[in-house]
Amino acid sequence: MIHPSHFTAVLLFALFASTVFGITMRDTPRRMFRYGAYCFTLFIGSVIVFSWVMYFIAR
Amino acid sequence: MATAANKPPAGKQSQQGFVYLPLIAGWLIPGAGHFLQRKWIRGALLFVCIVAMFILGLAMQGKLYTSAQDILEMLGVVGDLGGGLLYFISRIMGLGGEPVRTTVADYGTKFIVVAGLLNIIAAVDAHNLRTGRKAS
Repeated sequence: MIHPSHFTAVLLFALFASTVFGITMRDTPRRMFRYGAYCFTLFIGSVIVFSWVMYFIAR
Repeated sequence: MATAANKPPAGKQSQQGFVYLPLIAGWLIPGAGHFLQRKWIRGALLFVCIVAMFILGLAMQGKLYTSAQDILEMLGVVGDLGGGLLYFISRIMGLGGEPVRTTVADYGTKFIVVAGLLNIIAAVDAHNLRTGRKAS
């Protein structure tokens, strides 16, 4: 059994989901890579932003 | 004027054989629908991502939905079933049967559901490649 940290779990989730999104939503390898990177950035970026929002709400 | 929606299928190959084979194969085995289209790298990446996500979910002590008592569990069963053979083999092996007790186990449950949903997207993509709705 594994117990990753919450942020590691988010990184893994974002990596796998972004890869599948990139492959399935675009036609050419270059556009696939760019869209996958875009999705990955949005996943991680939104997690960091909402984490800070929740941090300040909890205070 | 031809648009992306009504564009004719690309190539003669898309007209031959059972068009739903990539969809069914892709559902049962992640990436298999792309392997049938000779998209080896895409199929391999899809296989690795979806199988790894499913196994990580089980390794985090995630739960496999087995019965539908309410609407949320029903949606969970639908998501899990998207995993195809991964779901059935895991059920046969008795994996994912323990109740969720930790936060990480809840994440694991979500990993399993999302792996199934991503597999459905990949299988539909393989079907679109087969029918010519997606160019390449």
